[in-house]
This record gives sequence, C-alpha cells and structure tokens, in this order.
Amino acid sequence: MFWINTKRILRSGFVSFARNSFVSLSSVLIITVTLFVLGGIMFSGALLRSSLEEIQSKVDVNVYFVTGAAEPDILALKNKLEALPEVAKVEYVTRDQALANFKDKHQNDEITLQALDELSDNPLGAILNIKARQTSQYEGIAAFLDSESSGKDNLVDRINYYQNKTAIDTLSKMIDGGTKIAFGVTLILVLISMLIAFNTIRLAIYIAREEISVMRLVGASNKYIRGPFVVAGIMYGAVSALLTLLLLYPAAYWVSSVTHTFFGGFDTFRYYLTNFGQIFIVIFGSGVALGAVSSYLAVRKYLKL
Amino acid sequence: MIQFDKVSKIYADKSIALDDVTLHIKPQEFVSIVGHSGAGKTTLVKMILMEEAPTRGTVHFESINVNKLRRKDVPGYRRRIGTVFQDFRLIPNKTVFENIAFAMEAAGRTDEEIASDVPHVLGLVDLGRKIWNFPHELSGGERQRVAIARAIVNQPDIIIADEPTGNLDPVNTYEIVQILKKINDLGTTVILTTHNKGVIESIGRRVVTMERGRIVRDDKDGKYAL
Repeated sequence: MFWINTKRILRSGFVSFARNSFVSLSSVLIITVTLFVLGGIMFSGALLRSSLEEIQSKVDVNVYFVTGAAEPDILALKNKLEALPEVAKVEYVTRDQALANFKDKHQNDEITLQALDELSDNPLGAILNIKARQTSQYEGIAAFLDSESSGKDNLVDRINYYQNKTAIDTLSKMIDGGTKIAFGVTLILVLISMLIAFNTIRLAIYIAREEISVMRLVGASNKYIRGPFVVAGIMYGAVSALLTLLLLYPAAYWVSSVTHTFFGGFDTFRYYLTNFGQIFIVIFGSGVALGAVSSYLAVRKYLKL
Repeated sequence: MIQFDKVSKIYADKSIALDDVTLHIKPQEFVSIVGHSGAGKTTLVKMILMEEAPTRGTVHFESINVNKLRRKDVPGYRRRIGTVFQDFRLIPNKTVFENIAFAMEAAGRTDEEIASDVPHVLGLVDLGRKIWNFPHELSGGERQRVAIARAIVNQPDIIIADEPTGNLDPVNTYEIVQILKKINDLGTTVILTTHNKGVIESIGRRVVTMERGRIVRDDKDGKYAL
C-alpha cells in the first residue's frame, strides 16, 4: 500500500503542478527571484573573500637589518619566525637583492642612482618580509620581534610595524566589520526572500483550501492530502533552481566582463564554472527545501481538526 | 445508528445553534431535517461529520462516541459516511473520474477496483459519458450527480445530503431526490436537510422539523409544517 500511495501522491503532485499552470508559474518565478538573490550572495561572498585576501596579502611587517648584520644571525631569526604558528611566510631579501630592488624601483631617477654610485659600499641592509596568517596577528609578531631584537643593536635597524600600526589596525577593523556586516546583510536578504517565497506558496495553497476540506471530508488521511502539495512544492523549487542556474550563467559572464579589472581580478564567470557543483547543490537544495517546507507548513494550517 | 443526546452548540459570540437536541436515527432510515436558515440543520450534520463539536451532550455513531474519537481515527470514520452538499464541493482541477477515484484512493482501494467501480457508479447516476470532463464543464445537476457518485462509491453506512437541491432547478431536484431514494432502498441510511416543501412531500418519509436550534416536530409520514 505504501508504494501505491507514494505513486499516487507523486502522480497527483505532477498533475496538479501542470494543471494549475498560472499558480505554478507565479510560484516558480518568485522562488527563482529568491534563489537568484541566494546565488548573488554566493558570488558577492566569494568576491568579498577574494578582495579581502588580496588586501591582506598586501599587508606585511618588514624587519630592516643594519648593514653590518651577519647573515647567520638573520637566518636564525628567520627560522625562529617561521616556527611561529601565526606566521604564514617569511621572505629574506639579501643586501644585494635590496640594492637591486632599489635600483629597479628608481630606474628613471638618475640623481638617486648617481648618488648611489658615489657611495663606496651598499648602504642598504638586509630585510625580512613577514606575512601573518591574519592581520590581527601582526601585533603579536611585532612584540616577538621586539623581544628578540632588544639588546641586539648590531642586528636590527628598525621594524616598520609601528609606523604601519594605525593602518594595519584600521584595516583589521575594516575587514572584521566588513565580514560581520556582509554576514548580517546576507542573513537578512536570505530571510526576506525566503519569507516572500513562503508567502507565495502559502497563497497558492490558500487557493486550494476548499479542495483540502473536501479531501478531509471524503476521509483522506492527512499524509495523503499533504503529499501532492509537498510534491508540487518540490517541483516549484526544482524548476526554479534550474531556471536560476540557467540565468546565473549569462549573469556571471556579464558581471565578469564588466568588473574584470576591479576586485583584484576576481572573475565571476570562472568562479561559476569552477564551483558549479557547489553552486548547484546550494541552489537546488535550497529551492527544493524551500518548496517542500513551505508547502508542508502551509497545508498543515488547513489540516487541523 | 446515530444518537444525539441532549446536544447543545453555543458559539463564542453566545449565539445558540443547537439547544438540547435529542434525536435517534435508525439504520436504513431516510430522515429529512427541515427548517428555515439558521434553524440548526447544518450544525447537526456537521457534528456527525466531526466538523463541529458539541458544547454539551454527546453524539454517537453506533457505539462510537464521535467527540472522543482519536485524531488518527477520524479519516477512517469519515469514510463510513458519504456527503453531498449544496455547493457540490468537487475538486476543481480533477476530472469527474479523478474526483471519484480520489475518494476510493483515500479508502485504500486498488487501481483495478477504481478502474471498474468509477465507470459503474457514474453509470448509476447517468453520467458515464462525462467521465473525463472537469467540474466547470458540467451543469449544476450533473455536478451534484458526480458528488452523489463520489458519496456512494465506497458503499458507506450513511449518506448525509446537506441541502443537495438548493442550487438546482425542479427537474434536477426531482432526479437527485429519486437517486437518494434509490440509494436508501438499497439499504443505506440517508439524512437529508432541506427547506424545499416539494422535496419533502415527494419523499414521504420521516421528517424532523427544527426551529431556533430545537426539534419542534418529528413526523413519521413526511409532513412539511413550516
């Protein structure tokens, strides 16, 4: 009996979806808008993450060594730094490399280059460029460097963290705040669009309330009445999800072509293609869940004795 | 078969729909309940269907105390009753066949039974040729015949017809009453509510007259006394 009932519920849900074409169409369109918002949020999230990573990658702390600092001492400090869990990467720039970089940077500045040539020795010290895993960890790294270099005046010339401290602090706060705001806005947008979709399905079922009362009167069980509505709800969600995925393809392509040069080169179209599996699961799953849960809850109201 | 014992129904706004009603309906009886609008006829049948609960008193269907029925037993209980209403209450987006098949599906009947019984029961109400039409493609009389076919298809113990002729012309009214009489002759209890004098007189069976929520007459021989 279970299989016969399941077969009948499925058939009835499909038939009802097809026959109530206007109600189905409006529900599908509203859920599509909801899912499109969800897709947009996924893209914005990826964009935000990519931009933050880009900004974060530009922040570092540099340790400038005195010109007479011995290389083994510098490498010993480098090893200690690399052992710290907060440190993502330490780059060692030798004195020669620092000079080459300097010349490269000032290749159009004849006076500076001439002045440099006047000097008998390389005036630049070696540098350690340190990248933390998170911007908030720079302070700890700077404190570590302070304790390491205290009493070693023949080694460290200066650490630029304190010059950059305000900028790093502000950026840390901005990144932190940006993430929180984005999360809040996402949550609100998702909630609003889900409520709209839920209300549309509720209206669709409100239209069928007489039908539900007739079904109850002929002695249909609650499960048997609810089943076809939930199946139709799942179909609204599934069709909307496919429509959304179809619409996201040209949308991602267009956004990508317009914003390609901003946001540190984040490519929405490539993101869509490479993460299609994940996007499909989220959009399709959300659509089906939204349709099923909305229908279930909306019918429940008319099934109370 | 059905026993109302000192049943009262008072709504939240203090209006009294039923006032101390005691009524006994025997198996295979044809009982017409008559009265003006608001006399309490519909409330009475809704209590049998468990659509309304009494404020006081008890309603029994055979040995079942209807108001003590558990939630999960309600659908099974309702399948023992066939219902026909003034506004037909067909499912609009299902064909005639599907409307009747739905009642059979709800009762757990097999596809083979549905395929053979639906055309048969539609033949009984002379609607065999409209089997694939939707309700909106039928006349009022035809819709009511579909509703009757749906009500009898599961061979219920009792048929409740609440103003079934209220929206019909005299010819269709006559036909519906004849069908109900035939159903009763075959052994099914019928409860009919109406305020149509002609209907009552053409049936000539027991008539219960209601006024302001009370039973004021109970005649065995089909008198309309309003």
